[in-house]
Amino acid sequence: MMLRICTLLIATSGLLGASAIDGFDFSDPDLADRYRELLAELRCPKCLNESLASSGAPIARDLRRTVRRLLEDGATDDDVRVHLQERYGDFVLYDPEFRMTNWPLWAIPPLLLLVAIVVVGRVGLFRRRAPLDDRERERIARLLEDDP
Amino acid sequence: MNRARLFIPVALFVVLASFLYLGFTLRDPHELPSALIDKPFPDFDLPILGRPGERASLEDLVGERRLVNVWATWCPTCLAEHAELGRIAEETGISLVGINYKDDPHAASQWLTRHGDPYDFNIVDVAGDFGVELGVYGAPETFLLDADGIIRYKRVGDVNEGIWREELQPAMAALGPPP
Repeated sequence: MMLRICTLLIATSGLLGASAIDGFDFSDPDLADRYRELLAELRCPKCLNESLASSGAPIARDLRRTVRRLLEDGATDDDVRVHLQERYGDFVLYDPEFRMTNWPLWAIPPLLLLVAIVVVGRVGLFRRRAPLDDRERERIARLLEDDP
Repeated sequence: MNRARLFIPVALFVVLASFLYLGFTLRDPHELPSALIDKPFPDFDLPILGRPGERASLEDLVGERRLVNVWATWCPTCLAEHAELGRIAEETGISLVGINYKDDPHAASQWLTRHGDPYDFNIVDVAGDFGVELGVYGAPETFLLDADGIIRYKRVGDVNEGIWREELQPAMAALGPPP
């Protein structure tokens, strides 16, 4: 009996944790989905790498409340992103838009990939090797024979 | 084979390493560039600390340049900068306005009695919603407003002597002589 209770507690503890973060119950399930998606792609300004959904910082809680209020007032997802970006800057966006000031952010990864492809190509992974000529074959045969 | 080519990976490494070195050392990654510089201070309608029934709004800030300081009793750094803010307000005559952020107003009043009250008045933001409007992510934060209510400078962290000399004083001087 004790074991069963423990199992039940352990099994439901995850649910409790999740509801502590969600906190709010929306009347509209669509709104709740959008809320969760937005929280996952917005970054907590106090934390270096945590989304609003996962952070326990007080500021993250305030921002979750803000996101909820905006959604309930009929804001679109973009409205919410812009609202937070205007106040906290690009830092809060995990997926910032392309602008003249942040082009290296977008340009460097494909550039590095290109460099990697060129280097790998040069090193010869994809190059067909020329077949051995007779002299080379003879030399290999000799080397193999010499091997004790 | 061209020998110089062998150094390309080393060169790439040096470039990457220097970027990482600068990125990790030159600036504190916790410090966000403020998105509100040269933007108008947001409007608000909030109670004034220690004056029951009285409320303040943006109108009460416009018309004079102000230092707006976000503080709380739970914030040790706020206490650390308290004396310096008081000195700046006294010596320059700039109006210092507080935002008591996510705090217990009663404790805040006691704190001011104990440590001195250099503020013209304090705006009470118990829930922290006005803090979000201001892009506040930790106390203390200090804003310099010109007489039109435009944010001209923002400091995240304590205002100490060095910050005063290096940043705040020049920012105030850049506003020109007081109107």
